[in-house]
Amino acid sequence: MSALSTHGLTRRFGGFVAVDGVDFTLAEGARHALIGPNGAGKTTFVNLLSGALPASGGTLSLFGEDITALPQHQRVRRGLARTFQVNQLFPELTPLEAVTMALAEREGAGATWWRPLRGMGPLREEAVQLLDTLRFDAADRGRLTSGLPYGRQRLLEIALALALRPRVLLLDEPAAGVPPAESREVMQAIAALPADVAVLLIEHDMDLVFRFAQRITVLAQGAVLAEGTPEEIARDPRVREAYLGEPAHG
Amino acid sequence: MRASDRRRAEGPEAPSTGGVNRPRPTRQLLEALPWLAAVGAYFAFPEYLPLLSGIAIAALFALSLDLIVGYAGVVTLGHAAFFGLGAYTAGLLAQQGWGEPISGLLAAGAAAALLGLLTAPLVLRAGELAGLMVTLGLSLMLYEAANKAAFVTGGADGLQGVEVWPLLGAFRFDLFGRTAYLYSLAVLFLLFVLARLLVASPFGLSLRGIRGNARRAAALGVPVKARLSAAYAIAAGYAGIAGALLAQTTQFVSLDALSFQRSAEGLLMLVLGGLGSLHGALLGAAAFTVAHHALSEASPQFWQFWLGIALVALALAGRGGIMGLLRRLGRGRG
Ligand SMILES: Nc1ncnc2c1ncn2[C@@H]1O[C@H](COP(=O)(O)OP(=O)(O)OP(=O)(O)O)[C@@H](O)[C@H]1O
Ligand SMILES: [Mg+2]
Repeated sequence: MSALSTHGLTRRFGGFVAVDGVDFTLAEGARHALIGPNGAGKTTFVNLLSGALPASGGTLSLFGEDITALPQHQRVRRGLARTFQVNQLFPELTPLEAVTMALAEREGAGATWWRPLRGMGPLREEAVQLLDTLRFDAADRGRLTSGLPYGRQRLLEIALALALRPRVLLLDEPAAGVPPAESREVMQAIAALPADVAVLLIEHDMDLVFRFAQRITVLAQGAVLAEGTPEEIARDPRVREAYLGEPAHG
Repeated sequence: MRASDRRRAEGPEAPSTGGVNRPRPTRQLLEALPWLAAVGAYFAFPEYLPLLSGIAIAALFALSLDLIVGYAGVVTLGHAAFFGLGAYTAGLLAQQGWGEPISGLLAAGAAAALLGLLTAPLVLRAGELAGLMVTLGLSLMLYEAANKAAFVTGGADGLQGVEVWPLLGAFRFDLFGRTAYLYSLAVLFLLFVLARLLVASPFGLSLRGIRGNARRAAALGVPVKARLSAAYAIAAGYAGIAGALLAQTTQFVSLDALSFQRSAEGLLMLVLGGLGSLHGALLGAAAFTVAHHALSEASPQFWQFWLGIALVALALAGRGGIMGLLRRLGRGRG
C-alpha cells in the first residue's frame, strides 16, 4: 500500500490551472523529492495534500483511505504533517509553547481546559527533548519566536512538524534562505527521521536533492513532467530542457 | 510588544502562561491585591456600593471580551447581545415568578452561551472585517427585537417588576447594595479563577496559537473553527452572567443592556487595562467606571473628551494598557 497517492488532482485559481491532473504516489517510508521550476505548482500541490486548499478536482488517499473531503486537522490526526516554504510560526509564542501545542494536539489533549499545562509534565519534557535534538538551548526555547534568528526559525518549522510524529511528512523547501552552516543542521534533522516515515521533499538545491532522494518527480506547469530514480531524472532530456534550462538535444 | 515584555520578565524556562516571575510570596500578594482592595472597598466606601457592583459587573463583561478578543483574537462589536440576553433571561425569570438568583444566573449564562454557539459559525465564517459586521448586525437585530417585543421586555421603558429572592435563601438584596456587591464580587471571583484555568490550559494555548497564526495551528491539527466556537460560546456565557448580575442587582433591565455603547465600552475597558491579560480586564473596568463616574459628575457633557485623552495617552505611552505600564514599572524596580 502507498502512503499517499493522488489521482487527477487539480487546482484552479480562476482560469489558471496551478495543479493539473496530477497522478502521484508516495511509497511507504519513501525518500521522494519533488522538483520543478518556480511557479510549477509544487507548493500548491502540498497545499492540496495537506488540506490547506481544497482541490478543484481529483482524489487523494492516505494509506488507502480516501481523504479528499477531510479537513486539514483530520488529515493531521491520520499522520500527515507538513512544513511551509515561507515560515508559518507563532511570533508571540516561545518555541517551547509552540511545540507543546503541537504535542497536546497530537495526544488529543488540545481541547483540555481543566488542567493547567504546568501540570502536564510529560508533554513539556517531550517538547524540551525534541527541541534539544535540534540544538535549541534553554534560552532559545524560552524566547519569543519573533526574536529568533532566521535559521532557528527554519528549524522550528521542522520541529513543529516532527512533534506530530508524522507517518507522512511534506517538506516545502525546508532549507530555503538558511545560511550553509544551519542548512546542514536542517538536512541532518531530515536524515535523522525514522526510516518508516514517508518524506516528500521540495527543494531547488540539486545537490541536496540527489543526496536525499531515492525517487524524484518533476513538476512543470502544474503537471508531472517525469518521474524516476535520480539517475533517470538526471539523464532525462525533457527534464534538462524544462528544469535545468538546457536544450533537449544538448 | 506586550507579550515580549512579559516573556523577558519571566526568564527563559518560566511557565508559559504569563505573569511576572517574582519570588512566590510577592507574586501571590500581587495577585491577591485586587481582591483585597475589592473587599476593603466594601468597608471603606459603603455609600458607593452600587458603583462598586457596577465595576464588578463591568469587569466580568471585560473579562468575557478578553477571552474572545484578547486570547482567541476574534474581534467583536456586538458582545452586548450576550450581556443583554443574559440580563433579559434573568430579569424575565424573576419577573415571571422564579426569583432564585443563582439558578437565574446559570440559566442566563446558558442561554447566552447557546446563542454564542449558534452564531459562532456566522461570525467565524468570513474574514475578520466581515465577521465584525456580523457581530454588529446580530446585536443590532437583537436590540430592535427587544425594543419591538415591548409586551415581553417592556421595550424602551425597560423590564419592570423584577423580584429577586434572597441569595441562598438568607441574604436579601438590600437597599444599600451590600448583598448585591458581595454577590457580584463573588461571582466575578469564581469566573476569574475559571478564566485563569482556561487560559493556562492546552485549550488556552491553542487559542493563543490560533490568534498568532491560524493557518499553522490548523496544520498542527488544531480544529480551528471548533476551538474558536467553543471560546466564543464560553465568552458569551460569561457576558450573559454579567448581564444577569446587572438585572438581579438592580432589579431592572433596560435596552441599554443590548446597546452598541455597551459593546464599545467593554472594548475600551479592555484596551485601557491591557488586552490579553486577565488582570488588565479587571483594572480597565475599574479605571473606566471610576473615571466615568468622576468625570461625568464634574462635567457631564465632557467626560468622553477626557476619556479620549486618556486613551490617546495610554496608546502613546506604550501598548498593553495599564497592565503594560505596571509591568514596565515593576521591571524598572526589579
Ligand atoms: N492563491 C493563489 N491564487 C492565485 N494564484 C496562485 C495562488 N497560489 C499560487 N498561485 C499560482 O500558482 C502557480 C504555482 O504556484 P506555487 O507556489 O505552487 O509554485 P511553486 O512550484 O511552489 O514555486 P516556487 O518554486 O517559487 O515555490 C504560480 O503561478 C502562482 O502564481
Ligand atoms: Mg513553492
